Amino acid sequence: MNSNQKEVLTGPIFNNNPIALQILGICSALAVTTKMETAMVMSVAVILVTAFSNAAVASIRLQIPGSIRIIVQMTIIASLVILVDQFLKAFAFGISKQLSVFVGLIITNCIVMGRAEGFAMKNEPGISFLDGVGNGLGYSAILMIVAFFRELFGSGSLFGVQILTLSREGGWYEANGLMLLPPSAFFIIGFFIWVLRTFKTEQLEEA
Amino acid sequence: MSRDSIGFTFLVSAALCVVCSVLVSGAAVGLRGLQEENKENERKKNILSAAGLIEPGASAADIKKIYDERVKGIIVDLNTGQVVTDDKELFPNPQEYDQKSAADNPKMSMVIPPAEDFAGIKRRETYSWVYLISNEEGKLSQYVLPIRGKGLWSTLWGFLALDTNLNTIAGLTFYEHGETPGLGGEVDNPKWKALWKGKEAFGKDFDPEIEVIKGNVVPGSKNAIHEVDGLSGATITSRGVTHLLDFWLGNLGFRPYLEQLREKGEK
Repeated sequence: MNSNQKEVLTGPIFNNNPIALQILGICSALAVTTKMETAMVMSVAVILVTAFSNAAVASIRLQIPGSIRIIVQMTIIASLVILVDQFLKAFAFGISKQLSVFVGLIITNCIVMGRAEGFAMKNEPGISFLDGVGNGLGYSAILMIVAFFRELFGSGSLFGVQILTLSREGGWYEANGLMLLPPSAFFIIGFFIWVLRTFKTEQLEEA
Repeated sequence: MSRDSIGFTFLVSAALCVVCSVLVSGAAVGLRGLQEENKENERKKNILSAAGLIEPGASAADIKKIYDERVKGIIVDLNTGQVVTDDKELFPNPQEYDQKSAADNPKMSMVIPPAEDFAGIKRRETYSWVYLISNEEGKLSQYVLPIRGKGLWSTLWGFLALDTNLNTIAGLTFYEHGETPGLGGEVDNPKWKALWKGKEAFGKDFDPEIEVIKGNVVPGSKNAIHEVDGLSGATITSRGVTHLLDFWLGNLGFRPYLEQLREKGEK
């Protein structure tokens, strides 16, 4: 793997994170992060969709007429999302019930479309695939971090395993209800961006 | 033909649509069997868990085995209380009666008068499944009734299990809802569900008395037998549960059917 490929794959995780720097895809980061398990399945689904839609768009980029390119990208993305949804319903029924509409909403996730239009339209399929995986990973990293804090402090558990015994079950930990509500994801993402930009000052924007 | 000509644009979009639709319909058709099986299994699991016959995490094979041995589904006319499973004109294939889609079908359902629509569901189907559960000796031990109603964000879909005395609650479970996780979503919490067992659904004249109260039930208080602890931080969901039980145990719900059973029992 040459350095360019490596940069495309790992860059989006911290240096050019789609959520923290590009501020894309926030909506689903609020919705599916109350539990780590659902956040992880969502992450895998988004990685698959971004990677394959990027590869598909890149491989026909020279044929796509400019006037309908957005529709073409949407069609490819929507088809892939339906495929993922169908597979989840067949092989991970419990999780697909919890994710409900949010799998379908990957279609509207700005990251997927943003990468198709911004990267895959100008690059070879191979490197576009890596870019899709990289951006999917960047999204996943945030999702998992947010879900970690929300599940731990909101329900006292991680991946469904009880870590802090809740007071309503006779333990000492009073669950933080705010963590279970969508606004807490905003706070956590905000803190994350703050911490990230403290260490990576080049991400600071001029006021 | 140039890439941006009208002809080529049509060609690309047509080709893309064909390829995508083949992929999507291929997956939908190819996976349908597995998906149906999952749904069926889920339905059986929920009935069994309302009746307290399985632990969470039971395997699909176990669920099917216990269900086949212990559960018998019958169809009840909610207006008259009659069992109509064997009515060949109404139900040539009783197994295929889909209650969820019947509730949206004007021919198979009625509009609930707003004043009586405690559950907030607007339409009620004419026919409902009732599941008869037998104990290990094969004797009838519970009735499992499908129930649903509005919580805070969503409709709660569930099952209520009644003992053969038609008053004591044997279990309550919700299998589908979109309430806030950790607050209203705690209707799933096994500890909360366990509170229902042994409560009595009806007061005098068989009016539904069961209620989810705010705060905790005071043991020994007058109504304690009809009361269940509220879910903290979820007042509206708790109230929704009370209201949907009021509806399904009342005149427009299973009351006619339960009355028939009581009469039969007295004879």
